[in-house]
Amino acid sequence: MAMNYLYPEYEAARNYDRCITCRACERQCANGAHEYVEEADKMVCDDSKCVNCHRCVALCPTRALKIVKSGNTYKENTNWSGKIINELYRQAESGGVLLSGMGNPENFPVYFDKILINASQVTNPSIDPLREPMETKVSLGAKPRDIERDENGRIINNLPPQLSLSMPVMFSAMSYGSISYNAHESLARAAESLGILYNTGEGGLHEDFYKYGKNTVVQVASGRFGVHPEYLNSGMAIEIKIGQGAKPGIGGHLPGAKIVGDISRTRMIPEGSDAISPAPHHDIYSIEDLRQLVFSLKEATNYEKPVIVKIAAVHNVAVIASGIARSGADIIAIDGFRGGTGAAPTRIRDNVGIPIELALASTDKRLRDEGIRDNVSIVVGGSIRSSADIVKAVALGADCVYIATGALLALGCHLCRSCHSGLCNWGIATQVPELVKRLNPDMGYKRLVNLMTAWRHEIKEMMGGMGINSIESLKGNRLMLRGVGLNEKELAILGIRHAGE
Amino acid sequence: MGCHLCEYYCAFAGTDGSDMARALKGIKINPRIKIEEKDGISFAVSCRHCREPLCVKGCITGALTVADGVITIDRDRCVSCYTCVLSCPYGAVSPSDDGAVQKCELCVKTAEGTPACVRGCPNNAIVFEERECAE
Ligand code: SF4
Ligand code: SF4
Ligand code: SF4
Ligand code: SF4
Ligand code: SF4
Repeated sequence: MAMNYLYPEYEAARNYDRCITCRACERQCANGAHEYVEEADKMVCDDSKCVNCHRCVALCPTRALKIVKSGNTYKENTNWSGKIINELYRQAESGGVLLSGMGNPENFPVYFDKILINASQVTNPSIDPLREPMETKVSLGAKPRDIERDENGRIINNLPPQLSLSMPVMFSAMSYGSISYNAHESLARAAESLGILYNTGEGGLHEDFYKYGKNTVVQVASGRFGVHPEYLNSGMAIEIKIGQGAKPGIGGHLPGAKIVGDISRTRMIPEGSDAISPAPHHDIYSIEDLRQLVFSLKEATNYEKPVIVKIAAVHNVAVIASGIARSGADIIAIDGFRGGTGAAPTRIRDNVGIPIELALASTDKRLRDEGIRDNVSIVVGGSIRSSADIVKAVALGADCVYIATGALLALGCHLCRSCHSGLCNWGIATQVPELVKRLNPDMGYKRLVNLMTAWRHEIKEMMGGMGINSIESLKGNRLMLRGVGLNEKELAILGIRHAGE
Repeated sequence: MGCHLCEYYCAFAGTDGSDMARALKGIKINPRIKIEEKDGISFAVSCRHCREPLCVKGCITGALTVADGVITIDRDRCVSCYTCVLSCPYGAVSPSDDGAVQKCELCVKTAEGTPACVRGCPNNAIVFEERECAE
């Protein structure tokens, strides 16, 4: 290229006083940014190749490396920001749709950060979670409305199938293919050891992972990859994926290059063929159609497993959820606009969908108003970042949350947002064997267990502070929340009062 | 995963410095653990601390000895005949930079307790464990 409009966004800054030319950075950067120059006995870096994943930074044994934002700037312009100019140049060069990975990074309000949690003082006692029992267990599924009795007056067990979780968290759908075997194994083993569930995503289930069935949600998406009766019966629940927060309204595309070996077998498609998930399910054009799929899946699994319907948080989410709650589904999963993805068109990721906090609050309210809240449990995802976010989500009406990006961070992800390149230096979003082995599942699953254990402690601390000893009594308890810096409309949708009120 | 950091932690453990950058700056290292790579597979080669060590058997001066299952070298006795270098089936003994030979001594003389390569490996690929050898 004779001329390049784009100056690297980041630079790998090397402290030559500390670099011992061990070349670990060179060996570990799959993007080939670092290079050893023999004549000079010196490391150099081609910053244009760097995606800022911090792999080299983390491994450099002498802390000689750091990544800095390159100082190169255009003339300041609030309207035409450097980012917008760069993206425009990139498209003028390539003629292509911009792609990116992970969730929406743009400057939209994060409502969780504008909500504060209550605590007890004087008039009602707080509880010490270390001394008193504290319940974080939740059970997901439809709850029967009426008590039924047999002719002798004994209560008939009319409870539909439920999912029992030790804490209100599940790992959300990430397909085998979009993430690596070792990442899947880490999630499955962590779910098993924590007593929660992970989700296969739409790529089917690798035969090695059937043994984690008691901790698995199997997903059925529009591509129907890897779906067969044994698969449907292998998990504890079935999730119908209608939409995903990062890219509402569009399907998925796993390039043929990634459909190799085990992945092709698991997805049940030929090696090298592109795995294209259509945007809609072509057999679902109405709630009635959805109902048919829900019941065919229930039929296939002998009515033993709850069915989850997952949708992206879009403008009419509450109405759609109301339809789903009447479709026979047991659980609704809503994915907010900050939810992550392996690859999405950048414009869609950054401009489509609505914040999960608002979607959750309005859905919960609508279902309660219509008297059908007990028909379903609500699971929300789309950037749950901490135990505080979980507590706030539960108080806004969620039964449970879905976590994906947070889980990947625990596995080493540094949010470089280049998952779509397939060269994840942390062995997560890649199928290159040399990269996959960088994620040791023995270490990965422990880090996930550590994270969730820590969050569970924090949830108990916060509940104790509010004087609540069971997560069930926190659910929908909006009095425990106050907003700061929110306008009347936002407060009304969230159903909470302003701080000081 | 082929990062070769174990080699550098090994070399660092052989110095008495406290800062790796200062200790290894400008030095071409000659570690006692070496990564062999072929076809995307990497393997860390270091002394297996054999139950019937050919190196000890072959050593002409008695410089190599077994103590508590660890095979160590007495540098004062070593005359650099390299019999051990030739006799080790794993290639785990090598000439050092300053006379005598060198081999992995499980860091009994240097780092505290756990071998430096084991502590330094970012992926827990090297572990330190006693094994009943199947001979
Ligand atoms: S990893 Fe660090 S010390 Fe090693 S070559 Fe790279 S910058 Fe230098
Ligand atoms: S891409 Fe990652 S490993 Fe490569 S130079 Fe950049 S931060 Fe380092
Ligand atoms: S999964 Fe890997 S490629 Fe994707 S953002 Fe995280 S570190 Fe980057
Ligand atoms: S054994 Fe560990 S430290 Fe040595 S090259 Fe392999 S991964 Fe790196
Ligand atoms: S140096 Fe070689 S022969 Fe001697 S104990 Fe080690 S592996 Fe065995």
